[in-house]
Amino acid sequence: MITATTPSSDAEQKYFKPLYLSLLFIMGLTGFGQMPIFKRYYIADIPGLGWLADFYVTHYIHYVGAIILFGFFVYATVVYFGLMRKQFRLSWAAYVRIVLLTLIAVTGIFRVLKNLPDVVFSPLFTMAIDISHLAFMMFLMIFGIIFMISKKGWLTLVKK
Amino acid sequence: MPNEISRRSFIKGSLAAAGATCAAQVPLPASAKTKNGQELATLIDIRKCIGCEACVEACRDVNDFKYPQPEKPFPKMVPKRVKVADWSDEEGREVRDRLTPYNWLSIQWATVQVNGEEMELSFPRRCMHCQNPPCADLCPWGAARKLENGITVIHADICMGGKKCQVVCPWDIPQRQTGVGLYLDILPSLAGNGVMYKCDRCYNRIAEGEMPACIEECPEDVQIIGPRDEIVAEAHRLEKEEGVTIYGETENGGTNTLYVSPVPFETLNQAISKGPGQPHFDQVADQMAHADNLAKAMLIAPFAGLAAAVGRVYQASKKIGDKAGETS
Repeated sequence: MITATTPSSDAEQKYFKPLYLSLLFIMGLTGFGQMPIFKRYYIADIPGLGWLADFYVTHYIHYVGAIILFGFFVYATVVYFGLMRKQFRLSWAAYVRIVLLTLIAVTGIFRVLKNLPDVVFSPLFTMAIDISHLAFMMFLMIFGIIFMISKKGWLTLVKK
Repeated sequence: MPNEISRRSFIKGSLAAAGATCAAQVPLPASAKTKNGQELATLIDIRKCIGCEACVEACRDVNDFKYPQPEKPFPKMVPKRVKVADWSDEEGREVRDRLTPYNWLSIQWATVQVNGEEMELSFPRRCMHCQNPPCADLCPWGAARKLENGITVIHADICMGGKKCQVVCPWDIPQRQTGVGLYLDILPSLAGNGVMYKCDRCYNRIAEGEMPACIEECPEDVQIIGPRDEIVAEAHRLEKEEGVTIYGETENGGTNTLYVSPVPFETLNQAISKGPGQPHFDQVADQMAHADNLAKAMLIAPFAGLAAAVGRVYQASKKIGDKAGETS
């Protein structure tokens, strides 16, 4: 609820969710596309989805998605504290999502670092990054489905 | 293998990964360390090679213990379109004219004109050991990895045989053997298809202060090995003083295998047999350049988000301030 003396966050309330879900979908799709499964399981045979079997294309899109996500996360954080905090509190479901998103982002950053020339991580650390990045994304998907079914959103109205 | 990772330690590693990603770094294998911190590169002088295959035999001898010992019958693959790759029978193991899981180095032949005379050239082909290897960067499991000394290895205990490394390799180097590896213990029919194999430049011998077998056994000293700067300098010297052309210095952003040839590599490329297990000599752009450029953009993205958000909050607050001014 917006009061006359409170800055409006209508635009954010309208566009954050579809943008967040779209980005997450693309990141999930291109992330899973890093494993050689889409060609094996005929998904890339579906007209229009052939690009899912091109590892360089999915990798490129995954990176571009990460760039947008990083900008979006910072934007959302600042706007929440600047415009929305007086009307809304983060729900516990939001904290679960934030923790998982942070872990995905951190492991993703390490993965990006590893892909730079002259950056070499130890074998086990590399494996830990790869598997944990995938695992955290799976957890986010599982919790996302649970929260969607149980209607646990990101924000709760502040009771006055 | 250095820092041996058994299947048990793989599972332990996976659990640790899920729980504590930022766990203390595991020390690098000894083979990953060089005295001066530089990557090691090799220089292959095509003019010296006589095609005797001593390097091929030496490679097979010293790496025999790393070769796959597949379990048969192979798991039924699902879906049926997934083909097994089997080089493990006697005939397959004896193949020497291409790269296979049992032959990590092969000799290519080319008939070319040198100074107006027809000449037959031969040269060893194997993994180029890229400075920024796409196989290691894009391996979804971390099975393919680059060591600090510039060697790219595929860890047979971790590899699932998905063949992604071969698909993203500009030279299609890694070769698959079905019926061996981690996939047999997970979902053998549904995920994975064996293990990918390729030249590991005898990293275990280098770790013990020995030379790679192909270099040690070559009767003509076709290859030399050393810090990359020195190898590149030597290639340039040969280019300047003897008129050879260089391959590998800039291909795919730079590799740790350089070739020098008496004829342009374009000519050589046209004269060789190319196909599965028979790499080309095409010019190759840096396959991972996009990742390097986009990584820089990732640094800027949070600041762009911050600037946009601060502007948004400022505008919204100003609007409220203006409204309050109008009503008072």
